[in-house]
Amino acid sequence: MKLTKTLMATTALTVAASMVSADGHMANEMTIVSWGGAYSASQKGAYHDPYAEANGVNIINDDSSAEAVAKLRAMSEAGNVTWDVVDVVAADAIRLCDEGLAMEIDADTMLADAPDGTKASEDFGDLLVSDCFIPQIVYSTTFGYRTDLVGDTAPTSVCAVFDTEAYPGKRALEKRPINNMEWALLCDGVAKSEVYDVLGTEAGQNQALAKLDTIKDDVIWWSAGADTPQLLADGEVIMGSTYNGRLFAAIEEQKQPIAMLWDAQVFDLDGWIIPTGLSPERQARALDYIMFATDTQRLADQAQYISYGPARKSSAPLVGKHKTLGIDMAPHMPTDPENAKNTFLYNYEFWADYRDDIDAKFQAWLAK
Amino acid sequence: MSDSTADGPVIAADGTPLKRSLARAMRRQKLRALLLVAPLLIFVLLTFIFPIANMLSRSVQNDIVVNTLPETVRELGRWDASTGELPDEAVYAAFARDMAVAIEAKRHTRLGSRLNYEKTGMSSMFRQSGRKMKKLDPIADAPFKEKLIKIHKGWGDVEMWKVIQTHSGIYTSGYFLNAIDAQKTPDGPAWQPEEKQILLKLFGRTLVMSLIITGSCILLGYPIAWLLANSSARTANLLLILVLLPFWTSLLVRTSAWKVMLQQNGVINEVLVWIGLVPDAERLILINNQFGTIVAMTHILLPFMILPMYSVMQTIPQTYLRAAKSLGATNWTAFWRVYFPQSVPGIGAGSILVFILSIGYYITPEIVGGTKGVFISNRIAYHISSSLNWGLAAALGTILLIVVLALYWAYDKIVGIDNVKLG
Repeated sequence: MKLTKTLMATTALTVAASMVSADGHMANEMTIVSWGGAYSASQKGAYHDPYAEANGVNIINDDSSAEAVAKLRAMSEAGNVTWDVVDVVAADAIRLCDEGLAMEIDADTMLADAPDGTKASEDFGDLLVSDCFIPQIVYSTTFGYRTDLVGDTAPTSVCAVFDTEAYPGKRALEKRPINNMEWALLCDGVAKSEVYDVLGTEAGQNQALAKLDTIKDDVIWWSAGADTPQLLADGEVIMGSTYNGRLFAAIEEQKQPIAMLWDAQVFDLDGWIIPTGLSPERQARALDYIMFATDTQRLADQAQYISYGPARKSSAPLVGKHKTLGIDMAPHMPTDPENAKNTFLYNYEFWADYRDDIDAKFQAWLAK
Repeated sequence: MSDSTADGPVIAADGTPLKRSLARAMRRQKLRALLLVAPLLIFVLLTFIFPIANMLSRSVQNDIVVNTLPETVRELGRWDASTGELPDEAVYAAFARDMAVAIEAKRHTRLGSRLNYEKTGMSSMFRQSGRKMKKLDPIADAPFKEKLIKIHKGWGDVEMWKVIQTHSGIYTSGYFLNAIDAQKTPDGPAWQPEEKQILLKLFGRTLVMSLIITGSCILLGYPIAWLLANSSARTANLLLILVLLPFWTSLLVRTSAWKVMLQQNGVINEVLVWIGLVPDAERLILINNQFGTIVAMTHILLPFMILPMYSVMQTIPQTYLRAAKSLGATNWTAFWRVYFPQSVPGIGAGSILVFILSIGYYITPEIVGGTKGVFISNRIAYHISSSLNWGLAAALGTILLIVVLALYWAYDKIVGIDNVKLG
């Protein structure tokens, strides 16, 4: 009798112990979803490896961020969420929050303070664009051009994209209205502060499409971020938009004859969300990871691997040199004052409303 | 033969009528057969039929509106939108009560995204109102009409209320209307404004291009299948490996390889310029258009055409051709009158495979199709993974399924499905 009881108790203990880690209430395995490639590698170096080493946690990587919103919705409907922390762009975080698929985060209690004691909410500032979103990096969508194919005068303004006389040749633009419509209006004489007011009207949308129409035959439309660097390297296009980190890799790592335009670069954010519907152990682990991975030092560490700016103000001074190239990273950050002379901030509220409407018009225009 | 005699029904050895006892034995047998296939049946039901039916049913489901705003929908039922006046206080009060519950459950933003598909601006209206309405008490703070309009001016816009009223049914035809470039309005179905019409065009383009791809697969595949079927075993094996090798290569690799081949600084253009056929300034545009899609997809789908053709041709004895020739037929007559008719079932099977596969393709058109070479499936993918408008994606998918079934039916009527052989 006694033996049976002891056996049962031991079994129960073993089962319990295998489900939670030594400190009692946290899962010891977690799945982190991100974009793959160089970006995931930078997160592995700056966050995953140090965290796993310090906590004995097994981290599984899943490169599904591009379809994160749809997959999370499907998982949530099936009642089986297998992801613990998900890396998404801010616009997706807003939608996940709207759909109730991401948990709300209280920055001051759930995230680490800056080293000087500044509260997290203040350190991140207005980059906390959604209640569910923990910003990680500031990236920008900007233009790169082939230094050897643009003639004697290198372009200095984003409007060079629309000037096919001064810069004949193909351009690469993303196959979606976001950013392209803004640039079109900017180069059609609309003041920066009024771009979204104009774009909210029927006439404004037509104006932007009319401007894009002037270069339609000279555009190759891309849908993956890696397309533009490839098209530039092959000489298929003379200039093209993409994420600044992709251009950095082409310029500094692959030594291609490409230069950054930076003018009217559009700032956007990428960061973490934690899905709703996790078990308490897994949620505790996810929160613990987030607290670790978004502190001032870690965010600065990520910039050693990739040229995206840390989202905390307090991280900026800590940005150092590239891990393997050994070059100073600060001048390659989209937030560097020299690069950020003329910037544009992605308007999340606007695109959450107008995305479907303008996308339908944009695609119909493309197909014409 | 009759189952009854003059004395009554035929009786089995145990005294029951033979008919019944036979039926019982047969039933047992049928049941046993059913049990044998049960695992497969359940598997197919669970993993195939059920998910597809579930997905397709989203094309008409619309219970989110009435579930989130039950009282508002009831009150709005009494509101006559055609007067052009705002609903009365009862609607606003009901709305405040519904929202209090919805905000607690965080469902209001989901409804906002749903209604934003119908009316741009609803998404932020619900999100912003939710934030401010949290502070309102649904009973003590009455009346609400002015307060709500102050919170967001959209609540003072008749159009917004019309949208909620129009889309308050549990089932909706809205997604299907959207899928054919129309929309549901308070005054019944209407066409979308012209600058938003794209889907019908894409359906048409998908069908036409799939037919062209099927046609080019037949043209390219037939001689290869012939060669395969009529060579010695050794040569045939080698050729078969050449056919299958690309088949085993990753789809993305093959598509990207076409990019390298076809782009303006690609292999083909470089060669053409080098031998002087094409001037350097006028390099051919072979990719990011319909031509690129047709070339890449023909290449990718070719094995699906060759293999059924090959296995049908293998069963055609070569002696038939020799017999025809010995009876005085020319090469061409022997082929066209004797060989070709027997190989038609292979062409039919290959065509059905290639056509149905190409109608649902989206990765290759996305990569090499540019703006004019994309298919309807690219829009379905967009609505599934980007816009999250699964209702519209389901409606588009349902229409595509019906079109394919209709074409299959037409094929059966014209050619006859019995004439299709995979080997």
